[in-house]
Amino acid sequence: MGKQYETVIGLEVHVELATKTKIFCGCTTAFGGAPNTHTCPVCTGMPGSLPVLNRQVLAYAVAVGLATNCDITRYCKFDRKNYFYPDNPQNYQISQLYLPICRNGKVEIETENGKKAIGIHEIHMEEDAGKMLHDELDDYSLVDYNRSGVPLIEIVSEPDMRSAEEVIAYLEKLRMLIQYLGASDCKMQEGSMRADVNLSVREAGALEYGTRTEMKNLNSFSAITRAIAGETARQIDLIEAGEKVVQETRRWDDNVGKSYAMRSKEDAQDYRYFPDPDLVPIVVSDEFLQEIKGKQPEFREEKMARYKEEFDIPAYDIDIITGSKHMADLFEETVALGAQPKKVSNWLMVETLRLLKENNMDPEDIRFSPKNLAGLIKLTDAKAINSTVAKEVFEEMFKNDIDPEKYVEEKGLKTVNDEGALRKTVEEVIANNPQSVEDYRNGKEKAIGFLVGQTMKAMKGKADPSMVNQLLKELL
Amino acid sequence: MANIISDETIEYVGILAKLELSAKEREEAKKDMGRMLDYIDKLGELDTEGVEPMSHIFPVQNVFREDVVTNGDTRDEILKNAPKEKDGMFVVPKTFD
Amino acid sequence: MNILDMTAASLGAAIKKKEVTVMDAVRAVLEQIEETESTYHCYVTVDKEGAFRQAQEVQSKIDAGELTGPLAGVPVAIKDNMCTKGLLTTCSSKILGNFVPTYDSEAVRNLQKAGAVIIGKTNMDEFAMGSTTETSAFGVTKNPWNPNHVPGGSSGGSAAAVAAKECFYALGSDTGGSIRQPASFCGVVGLKPTYGTVSRYGLIAYASSLDQIGPLCKDVTDCATIMEVIASHDPKDSTSVKREDTDFTSALTDDVKGLKIGIPKDYFGEGLDPEVKDAVLKAAEVLKEKGAIVEEFDLSLAEYAIPAYYTIAAAEASSNLERFDGIKYGYRTEQYHGLHNMYKKSRSEGFGAEVKRRIMLGSFVLSSGYYDAYYLKALRVKALIKKAFDKAFAKYDVILGPVAPTTAPKLGESLSDPLKMYLGDIYTISVNLAGLPGMSVPCGVDSKGLPIGLQLIGDCFKEKNIIRAAYAYEQARGAFVRKEEN
Repeated sequence: MGKQYETVIGLEVHVELATKTKIFCGCTTAFGGAPNTHTCPVCTGMPGSLPVLNRQVLAYAVAVGLATNCDITRYCKFDRKNYFYPDNPQNYQISQLYLPICRNGKVEIETENGKKAIGIHEIHMEEDAGKMLHDELDDYSLVDYNRSGVPLIEIVSEPDMRSAEEVIAYLEKLRMLIQYLGASDCKMQEGSMRADVNLSVREAGALEYGTRTEMKNLNSFSAITRAIAGETARQIDLIEAGEKVVQETRRWDDNVGKSYAMRSKEDAQDYRYFPDPDLVPIVVSDEFLQEIKGKQPEFREEKMARYKEEFDIPAYDIDIITGSKHMADLFEETVALGAQPKKVSNWLMVETLRLLKENNMDPEDIRFSPKNLAGLIKLTDAKAINSTVAKEVFEEMFKNDIDPEKYVEEKGLKTVNDEGALRKTVEEVIANNPQSVEDYRNGKEKAIGFLVGQTMKAMKGKADPSMVNQLLKELL
Repeated sequence: MANIISDETIEYVGILAKLELSAKEREEAKKDMGRMLDYIDKLGELDTEGVEPMSHIFPVQNVFREDVVTNGDTRDEILKNAPKEKDGMFVVPKTFD
Repeated sequence: MNILDMTAASLGAAIKKKEVTVMDAVRAVLEQIEETESTYHCYVTVDKEGAFRQAQEVQSKIDAGELTGPLAGVPVAIKDNMCTKGLLTTCSSKILGNFVPTYDSEAVRNLQKAGAVIIGKTNMDEFAMGSTTETSAFGVTKNPWNPNHVPGGSSGGSAAAVAAKECFYALGSDTGGSIRQPASFCGVVGLKPTYGTVSRYGLIAYASSLDQIGPLCKDVTDCATIMEVIASHDPKDSTSVKREDTDFTSALTDDVKGLKIGIPKDYFGEGLDPEVKDAVLKAAEVLKEKGAIVEEFDLSLAEYAIPAYYTIAAAEASSNLERFDGIKYGYRTEQYHGLHNMYKKSRSEGFGAEVKRRIMLGSFVLSSGYYDAYYLKALRVKALIKKAFDKAFAKYDVILGPVAPTTAPKLGESLSDPLKMYLGDIYTISVNLAGLPGMSVPCGVDSKGLPIGLQLIGDCFKEKNIIRAAYAYEQARGAFVRKEEN
């Protein structure tokens, strides 16, 4: 039996803020523009251009700081981080080193052994870099500055995590808080939330930390889990072999399942930080702080407790619904429009989750409106459509957010409630299916199901199945 | 000269500043930087204990923009100055291998 | 009167009265350029076609009554570190040798709104680093008082263009004396306003915390008039200051009774040319005779301003000039292997020796292990210098002294010893560190026939005090004209 090791992990989490414009200029942050069409002299580093801070960036950063129990720095500044790279048009990044906006916070996560606090060392504001495009066949790279200057906050944790599970729980917690604040959509796949993992190992029980490495390029929770396992093993192997772990930045290649050192003679890692003379200090006033505090939303735990009080829906549903701010909003707004909570919850839990999964989407991507969901529930409540039609309408709503009432009208999907017409169809079905009729009369209860199905088919689905059932029984 | 600048220092600063000096320039740079640093060391004569470093002269603070889109697409103009461009992007030597 | 002998304000008035057309003024200046530019080389770019086009546009706006300001129709030259949309802007550097900005700097926009006609872009020390305009990548500018001498720098092209009548006024920028010193050497008036008074948006930065745009012109009236046009609060420049007191011409009163003027003894010590000293003290005497209260005092710390300045300016410059990398604009080397080699070769070939020297120094003082000892120390000394000025301005309205220790040196004398060249900035540099307004006014000619400048320094936002003193002095002094050499 070899030695026991403990993994010590701290995270640097970058979150793209959901502002309309970039951090230092009036260019849009919208995704999907043609390369370099969302740029100006400021975010392409043109000579003579100057940065001016977007107020909303500060508001979001302070809001996240408050939600993570940080001290807000009342006198804070921006610094320049100097390094040459083509995605960084000024060859310095405007960031915060000496006086970051938030410090000294913590969040609580659930672990196998109960609650655990993860310390937050600091949160700072900074600008994102542009995008580099590479083609293996070409001997050049291309630069697109559309993302250059998109606002980021970097949340730096203390080295308080000990396993991949804790890391994921911490990230989930941050994501939930930030989504609830509306400060970011926190999508790892799209890069609006990115995590760098600082990891070291030490013998179990040791007091000193081991030498840590920093791993970059982790694009999903599963990549993080694999990278933590891989790096832990690599460091233990080094130690067991009597070698030293080198403090360095490593790039995780999830396809190969290996990390590689990102070292070069030309990267001195000496960023020559100094206060940016083009920007003035930020003084966070009591009024500003109160204003942000006043706007803090109801966070997940509070929401869960309230749902439990207010709505008669299962704890499981509450957990899923509040797991996404967007879904919780959708739920509450639909209920506010008069729909019964249980029914709203059912649509979300069954059909919505199914379609999200089928389409590989996040709850944040749901596009249908509370108004249309409420409308659909109203139609089913009034028995204007049956449940099969309702599902069909819902699918359309999920795709294109159609107005269910109009859609049902246009497509002629309304249930036929005219008893005369229905009776006529049922009579025809009875006449055309003597075998089933006989089976039923001989005590084969199940045969009625076939007859209901035949009737529904003849009615093109637009009948209320319970009414059909009732009529069949009557006529048989 | 109190400050002796080594070849390693010049090499290192060259990496930071992305400058490549010829042998002659390098010798001059060593001499110039040494002399300048000797001169700057004069500041050591002043007692600055307890003096806050002053980056801005005036107490101007909290200068913000509102979060409103004001810029349109000026890509073609901006790219006109690029030494090399392709498909609306800036061309640089390959950075990935 | 020959149009070229008019001041900017008098030409503006003549245009308004229809005694002169804008086209007359533009033609006169372009003819003068044709005649003397080959000798003095004030410009990097002369925009002849653009000037004619602007002349027509401005004239029709004046005729339509849309432009009524005092400078409408007056031709101006712009230092080549201010962005001008569609017009080459080089900072006199090879690295920006082909750079055509996509936007106008705010100061230029303010001039355009006032009906100025931009004649061209003036030569300068590369990236404003230098005191002689000899570090330009596009040739040396000569002093119109004697072409064997430098015009000063870094706004040497702007000062020389005004002195040579190749424009009616010019914009310069001043980081450590770059407006006042060439104004002094070329016998024109130059003002560095309080930091934050003129927007830096579009000014290609040398040292952001010290750079400030200001006028170079023929007399104090022009200076106040131009300041009223270019001073503005600009939301695009976070360091721009909102000011209410920008009615600078109201200080043109010829009344200095009771104005308290302090003469710092430390500005008259070793190294000051006796002829400069005499001329400056004589000017102080003139103001005293007009009713100002003049006393000597100890300012202290003057000798520490230069090392503090070169630390701060070099540090900021090393960062500001990182963007010149051969990717987005400007010069890219022909042959390279890989990214970092491209960076290094483009920058090493694109920047001149003085610029490289300051980038190296600045990168070093910010590098790991030296930041506190050099950069923070310099910022602390800056705080002490500011405090010393605060103390002085508690007692005095204006501080009076020389602009430079000597008159204009001969061409080629200065660059061989950079440290000696830096010492020439001793009287101007602390004004930038403390963000103060400072002005240079011609106050005499030395035995070599070269002009001498008088420096008037005011407290922050107190340009009017120095304009008042300068105007009163100018009224007593009378016309200051160059003997035409033939």
